[in-house]
Amino acid sequence: MPVILEFLSWLLMFSGLVFCFIGALGLLKLPDLFSRMHAAGIIDTLGVGLIISGLFIQTGFTLVFAKLLMVLVFIFFASPTATHALARAAINGRVLPNVKNSDVPVPVDNNLISGETQN
Amino acid sequence: MYEILIIGILLTMGLVLIRAVIGPSVFDRILAVNVFGTLTVILICVHGFFTGRPDFLDLALVYALISFIGTIAVSKYVAFSDVKNPIRHDFFGDI
Repeated sequence: MPVILEFLSWLLMFSGLVFCFIGALGLLKLPDLFSRMHAAGIIDTLGVGLIISGLFIQTGFTLVFAKLLMVLVFIFFASPTATHALARAAINGRVLPNVKNSDVPVPVDNNLISGETQN
Repeated sequence: MYEILIIGILLTMGLVLIRAVIGPSVFDRILAVNVFGTLTVILICVHGFFTGRPDFLDLALVYALISFIGTIAVSKYVAFSDVKNPIRHDFFGDI
């Protein structure tokens, strides 16, 4: 493998690691459930995408490439779906975004708990 | 080089586990476990390249499938206390 390709591969993988770390830090430090979902999206798109792109360059066009592509495509489709389902479940479970003058449709019940914990 | 990558991913998984432990609502815990599953998929991929056996990618693919189904099932169970019935007839409907 040429040196330039090797360098590009490791550059992609380590930038993916940096994005994973930033996402985990946001998952720890952000104040709200929905902003934490935003931080998790960083890991699911840029972290996974960059690390697997680095592995693409490591392997070349083989069967391993196809398997990596399947993992990448599946995560790209499944992770937003899971996050969407989780957001719907959270709003249904009366955990609301912690914002003022929100346009989010509010559940019809009374005694809402805004941004705080319920369970 | 792969060692540094693996150690970094493990460190990230540790940070995510802290959120899974302290997370105030149950949805925070579900979110953290989902991210933990994604990071595990990446860890399995990198470990397969580290040991020179890329057959581990099959395990990574199956782990991604199971993690997705688990997240959907647990969030549906927590929201509706029911996995079986498809629709709750109110404003929000189903997941």
